[in-house]
Amino acid sequence: MLRKLTFAAALATATVLSGAASAKTFVYCSEGSPEGFDPGLYTAGTTFDAAAHTVYNRLLEFKKGTTETEPGLAESWEISDDGLEYTFKLRPGVKFQTTEFFTPTRDLNADDVIFSYERQFSADNPWNQYVPGTSWEYFAGMGMPDLISSIEKVDDMTVKFVLKRKEAPFLANVAMPFASIMSKEYADKLEADGKKEQLNQMPLGTGPFAFVAYQQDAVIRYEANPDYWGGKQKIDDLVFAITTDAAVRYQKLKAGECHLMPYPNSADVEAMKADPALKVMEQEGLNVAYLAYNTTQAPFDKVEVRKALNKAINKEAIVDAVFQGAATPAKNPIPPTMWSYNKAIEDDTYDPDAAKKMLEDAGVTDLSMKVWAMPVARPYMLNARRAAELIQSDFAKIGVKVEIVSYEWAEYLDRSKAKDRDGAVMLGWTGDNGDPDNFLDTLLGCDAVGGNNRAQWCNQEFDDLVSKAKTSSDKAERTKLYEEAQVVFKREAPWATLDHSLSVVPMRKEVEGFVQSPLGDFAFDGVDIAE
Amino acid sequence: MLRYLVKRLAVLVPTFIGVSIIAFSFIRLLPGDPVALLSGERVMSPERHAQISHELGYDRPLVVQYFDYLGGVMTGDLGNSIVTKQPILDQFLTLFPATLELSICAIIFAIILGIPAGIFAAIKRGSFWDQTIMGTALVGYSMPIFWWGLLLIIFFSGILQWTPVSGRISLFYFFPPVTGFMLIDSLLSGQAGAFKSAVSHLILPTIVLGTIPLAVIARQTRSAMLEVLGEDYVRTARAKGLSPFRVVGIHALRNAMIPVITTIGLQVGVLLAGAILTETIFSWPGIGKWMVDSVFRRDYPVIQGGLLLIAGIIMIVNLIVDLLYGLINPRIRH
Repeated sequence: MLRKLTFAAALATATVLSGAASAKTFVYCSEGSPEGFDPGLYTAGTTFDAAAHTVYNRLLEFKKGTTETEPGLAESWEISDDGLEYTFKLRPGVKFQTTEFFTPTRDLNADDVIFSYERQFSADNPWNQYVPGTSWEYFAGMGMPDLISSIEKVDDMTVKFVLKRKEAPFLANVAMPFASIMSKEYADKLEADGKKEQLNQMPLGTGPFAFVAYQQDAVIRYEANPDYWGGKQKIDDLVFAITTDAAVRYQKLKAGECHLMPYPNSADVEAMKADPALKVMEQEGLNVAYLAYNTTQAPFDKVEVRKALNKAINKEAIVDAVFQGAATPAKNPIPPTMWSYNKAIEDDTYDPDAAKKMLEDAGVTDLSMKVWAMPVARPYMLNARRAAELIQSDFAKIGVKVEIVSYEWAEYLDRSKAKDRDGAVMLGWTGDNGDPDNFLDTLLGCDAVGGNNRAQWCNQEFDDLVSKAKTSSDKAERTKLYEEAQVVFKREAPWATLDHSLSVVPMRKEVEGFVQSPLGDFAFDGVDIAE
Repeated sequence: MLRYLVKRLAVLVPTFIGVSIIAFSFIRLLPGDPVALLSGERVMSPERHAQISHELGYDRPLVVQYFDYLGGVMTGDLGNSIVTKQPILDQFLTLFPATLELSICAIIFAIILGIPAGIFAAIKRGSFWDQTIMGTALVGYSMPIFWWGLLLIIFFSGILQWTPVSGRISLFYFFPPVTGFMLIDSLLSGQAGAFKSAVSHLILPTIVLGTIPLAVIARQTRSAMLEVLGEDYVRTARAKGLSPFRVVGIHALRNAMIPVITTIGLQVGVLLAGAILTETIFSWPGIGKWMVDSVFRRDYPVIQGGLLLIAGIIMIVNLIVDLLYGLINPRIRH
């Protein structure tokens, strides 16, 4: 039944499409299929590109090309003096999309906001389990259930969030895809019709593009939302042509079958830059790859030993071998595109002789250790095995024997958490919300020991700085605290920071107005195709 | 005939149960925890892990899980994907026509080229042509599908621009699927040029997926033909003064076809396995690509459901092939 409905909608639009031959259609060769169209249910960037950044908006949005937030569906907001109450004033006159499958009768109001959040944390909400096995993974992953005490409707256009504790990154969380604002009116209608699951299949929001149809694993079609509060788009139609293989995406781009593609093979980038029909945008990604020593186990409990090993790693060689240059060596645990990145910090210079001497001075001889290498390619580390081999030969130069170990991915993530784990674990992180807390506290805070803190590193000085920054709502103060925390990190060296990979986006020459997001999103509002 | 059919169908039941046990247990023998993979690098608390495992039923004994699963299968409920949360049977039925369409085209391509090539090689045994055909078949058989596909794309789509790179039809055409077969749907849509576009999108994947079956069929036809051509009745036919065409085309071919048909039947498994790579290269929205994605996501229900359905298809096709023998060779009519 549902499928038939989609097709009916598709058919109607097809007629429109064929009627307007001059319509501007932008084709994006996306890298995979969305898991669904309700951004709250999923954690994958592919899904967010298809659902969150096209169809939906959030109370706050990330300013294009930055990790800073700006007003979205909330026009303004106030934070109470104790930092526990956030009152959002909604933007008036925001229309939900009118589509073949639903015609809204009212504008955005507080009920929509409350519905969008409440379903994710209230087990009593009829939409909490509308898809069987729903776990609201991102909402939980960002600690929202423990943070939000209540959400209240002050009036039709005002919503108040009451928090259980002060937490400055909350505002960044509100701009994340899982916090997309849905239409309660649409949801109510689906519930009345007994078709709740449709919320995850035919999304309807306030965003720049309205959903038209999805042919599984093949094509997603959208059309520009004429009522968009940010103004109508320059393109008429947006199409995601799902193309999983990077080499094939490149061929499609070259043949003009799509306008823009994500995630090229790094070996193809040079040829893309040389192609007169294409242009390539590059930006440091919001990520870091690192090698985490277990700072609770000898001899890695000694700062001198960790420092010595860090000096022995030739990061430039890793960047060249693994990324063909599409990455930069990392000196800090947060990437340079993130606010509060401490530029003044000096990296440990690569110096095997000095490293060898430091080890000897620390009384460590005949050291054998394990280096863990991930079994999968991640954006921050395309080939962990290769990087581990390079580290192995680097360490051999200072007399340290390395055994490279690896496990199946889920197993790897699990075993590397163990507090008494041996050796050094290679891993990395891609930022969620552009807040430094999301790296520094999440990966290195004392609370994360035995979990995300793979170095098992609990340093009181560092932890105090990061905790203080988390509860302050003064950005200048937070910046200072995070900068200091990075100094402590560098001094104590719980990790060898390896690289920040570049995000490379090839596109046709005629594409205009695309802005790369440091968060790794692909959003097409504001995009145009030159005639 | 009917008794034979009933007997064969009865054998299918235990086979099917065996497949379900294998599908169910093999996936669970793989390392990797599907619940942990839901959160990736973000660590899930042990309480949350336990809660989600409980909701998905993974904390129950394996035997209980298996019988629960089998019960579902008997009533046509294969469960839902733990990633997309969609019913597995719906997904399968949406995607299968794409795989079927591609497989049918590939096997037709393989038969149309493979059988004449095999016959020709057999007649010209030992000649330059025989060696060329058999050499090419050996290369085709050994060709890594992924590499072969990319090579064709780069040459025909990239350099010559004769064929589109990937997909099932140009994005310009947009109509609701009726049968799920793009060739038929494009005709039904009535849109000018749609059918041509669908055909042009099928060419390269058909060649890639059909290459191995083509090689196998050509080799099998040649050897079966050689065997038959040495038989007494062929010599008699020749001695009778029948034209070479009648001898080879009517008398010899019919008998030589029996092992060839078996081979063609066995290609179903090869096609479905080859579809996994072919679909991935050509962004072909079929079940092969769907299964690969699910393995990476440790989507247990999809993998076991998909395996079961694919195994079922192979079993049924093999049954049909066995029944077809009777039509060709009256001596093994049941």
